Amino acid sequence: MIPHPPARQRALTRRRFVIGTALAGTAPWRATAQAASSMSSPPASGIPPARPDTRFDLAIGPVGVNVTGRPARGIGINGTTPAPILRWRQGDTVELRVTNQLAEPSSIHWHGIRLPSDMDGVPGLSFAGIPPGGHFTYQFRLHQSGTYWYHSHSGFQEQIGLYGALIVDPRAGYAQPFDREYVIVLSDWTDVDPAEIVSNLKFQSDYYNFRQRTVGTFVHDAARQGLGPAIADRLRWGAMNMAPTDISDVSGIIYTYLLNGQAPAANWTGLFRPGERVRLRVVNAASMTLFDVRIPGLTMQVVQADGNDVEPVPVDEFRIAPAETYDVIVTPTGPGPYTIFAQSEDRTGYARGTLATSPGQAGPIPPMDPRPLRTMADMGMAMPAMGNMPAPAAKKDDMPGMNMPDMDMGNMDMGNMKMDAPPTPKPAPTPSTLPPAPPLGVEMQNIAKMPANRLAEPGAGLEGNGRRVLTYADLRATIPGADPRPPTREITLRLTGNMQRFIWGFDGRKFSEAPPIRLRVGERVRFVLVNDTMMEHPIHLHGLWSELENGQGTFQPYKHTIIVKPGERLSYLVTADEPGLWAYHCHLLYHMEVGMFRTVVVA
Amino acid sequence: MRPRIPRTLALILCMGTAQAAQAAQTTQTAQTAQAAQTTQSAQAPQTANAADPGMEQAPIAYVGGMPPVMDHMIYSHALLDEFEARADGHGGQFRYDGQAWFGTDYDKLWLKSEGTVGTDGRFGDGDHEALYDHAISRYFDVQSGVRVDLDNGPTRAWGAVGVEGLALYFFQLEATTYFSDRGAAARLQGSYDLLLTNRLILQPQVEMNVYSTNDRARGNGRGLSDIDTGLRLRYEWHRKIAPYLGVTYTSSFDQAASMARTRGRQVHALTVTAGLRLWF
Repeated sequence: MIPHPPARQRALTRRRFVIGTALAGTAPWRATAQAASSMSSPPASGIPPARPDTRFDLAIGPVGVNVTGRPARGIGINGTTPAPILRWRQGDTVELRVTNQLAEPSSIHWHGIRLPSDMDGVPGLSFAGIPPGGHFTYQFRLHQSGTYWYHSHSGFQEQIGLYGALIVDPRAGYAQPFDREYVIVLSDWTDVDPAEIVSNLKFQSDYYNFRQRTVGTFVHDAARQGLGPAIADRLRWGAMNMAPTDISDVSGIIYTYLLNGQAPAANWTGLFRPGERVRLRVVNAASMTLFDVRIPGLTMQVVQADGNDVEPVPVDEFRIAPAETYDVIVTPTGPGPYTIFAQSEDRTGYARGTLATSPGQAGPIPPMDPRPLRTMADMGMAMPAMGNMPAPAAKKDDMPGMNMPDMDMGNMDMGNMKMDAPPTPKPAPTPSTLPPAPPLGVEMQNIAKMPANRLAEPGAGLEGNGRRVLTYADLRATIPGADPRPPTREITLRLTGNMQRFIWGFDGRKFSEAPPIRLRVGERVRFVLVNDTMMEHPIHLHGLWSELENGQGTFQPYKHTIIVKPGERLSYLVTADEPGLWAYHCHLLYHMEVGMFRTVVVA
Repeated sequence: MRPRIPRTLALILCMGTAQAAQAAQTTQTAQTAQAAQTTQSAQAPQTANAADPGMEQAPIAYVGGMPPVMDHMIYSHALLDEFEARADGHGGQFRYDGQAWFGTDYDKLWLKSEGTVGTDGRFGDGDHEALYDHAISRYFDVQSGVRVDLDNGPTRAWGAVGVEGLALYFFQLEATTYFSDRGAAARLQGSYDLLLTNRLILQPQVEMNVYSTNDRARGNGRGLSDIDTGLRLRYEWHRKIAPYLGVTYTSSFDQAASMARTRGRQVHALTVTAGLRLWF
């Protein structure tokens, strides 16, 4: 077990990295803050500090950012965005002295870290926030280990740079040995003011979507599938006032996708020697973007998800939603260079970096995959397969949207739209146990009539691409769950919204219109989520683990953020072992801010 | 339907005060039981309890009176759908038609204004409305307020009630009825965006006016009085600034047509138009 590279290699790597890599976040910033945190390291290098520490001084302040060629203002910590990489050790008590040098209130939330609720950093729930010029000292003991991250929970500060990776080393050492490690922080940057983004989306929800279907695509589809089916398909979507091209609310039209704060052209590079086991700690710190990550030419062993070790899964690609983390180990035997390629789900751009044996190398950049289109399964109207076996249906669905025109209009309520498949009605997974959905209305655009188990599906745009893609069903914890008790009750929540009005919530209600979710201390409950919307929502429960019921029994994975696919029904178990007020929300920043949020009270 | 008004009041207080948070909470207390049934309904194999009955249902107090997210922000926008020069064999005209709104997801102040400067230089068809807009369904809002016809003609005032929204198949629709001591009127407006490409958009549009009585001074006739329809091809090089070219056709009907003839005005006009679609 070699947790860190030999000193010689590390020095080499470090020195070479100082040259011309920090594109974003080389800030016009005062030395006071830069000197402050001795044991954090430059985030743009992706190299974590060699040793953990327990005391950190973090100064939140404005930073200059130049991603697009135009100087812009962001927010960072100690003069950088992404914020410094923090390294802690399991069992230690850490102290984080945070100063707010902004002219507005701020906060830091330690995403995925189990701690007392007053240390969780959510203004209004944990504390009152850190006022301009104010200080706050976080102090808590680390019960866990793994790769996590931290970010602002105030307004839109996360979008403009207030996020960073953090690593908690396990007391007992790493189960999976590695020779070298890098943090890979993915994010989405825009020069546009986030408040303007929300305002634009409220006015026109497809404001940032320039990939809608047009007369041209209609002619193309009609030529390929026949005029009748093409018209029927348009009518079907039109009758719902929805668009199958609705993948991401905010797209590459204004986003530049970053890897460790660097634009694709800057080509962040991590060095390795052939034969080394390189651990990549991938964090999605984006506000609105799901990434599909792969390294052509290398198999990735997924060894950890959301900070918790899993049985290694060899994959070619994985999808990572905002706030999720995955640790993967790659063992490049050749000299490379290997491109780390993270395309946005809507295929309007990508983040990119390189693993190389010497600086300045660049591997080939693969073309982006075809963009996905939403299907009737995403509307919750299809029945992919029986509960535990959704995978075969997912395979048949390899060209999402392409099978839409084959659908028979008269068959709409039957659910199974694929005419090439025998329309054998199969029971939807325990539909009778779902409480009735709220009626359609201002905040409720669609109801998933037949939500399905989609845990074994890789997700929109990843089906049948010829690569091994991670699915949630693959995640198996290396240790059994800590709480073997069965749940004593179920809490069913529907993920709802109205895309046209850009309103998002749970059960057809925004945060401000709904009562909190109440749990008893020590209670074990099952959360059942049904996604009535046409988009993925990464749902994050603060303070408590979400044990995803993915068929792995007592080895089901502990997560802090769980993607719920469109039209999906999934469940997870929660042990409410930490009292207080906890945030519970979609981690797409603009969905959260417009209401897809609940307070969870554990008392 | 949920009671909207009390909640609305709470929201007006809103913007981060403890009182607002409490108020919003209190107004929902009545809904809590029902919400508990729908959201926390339990078919747990072990127990069948809904919300745990022993659980305290008191409103929670946010630290500093600060809600963790602000989902009731006020947004405002203005759309100038038509801002155009029209020309035909008789000369040129200028026309504008715009809307602006200010408010929350559910409740907005909605302003509409349109007018035409005719070939004779007179400002006509000046229609200005101030409406309270309330969202009622997935795609439609109800609007009520006042309309004032204010231009170079005699001034008229109306009460207005209507709906505006997205009909199925993405048809933009406005249907409004107007009332005054002179009778009633109705207006139907519709448009559709046909995407030739993602930036080149062909928009057919129509506006029809119906009146219950003649208003000779303003040239409005009983029955279907006039229509204004157009076909505009715009290029959204920026979402908010889109130049367009098009053709429009306006016509008076029936009694309005005979009034127009009497005054020596055009009954029909087919014009070419060029303009800008702007929003803010």
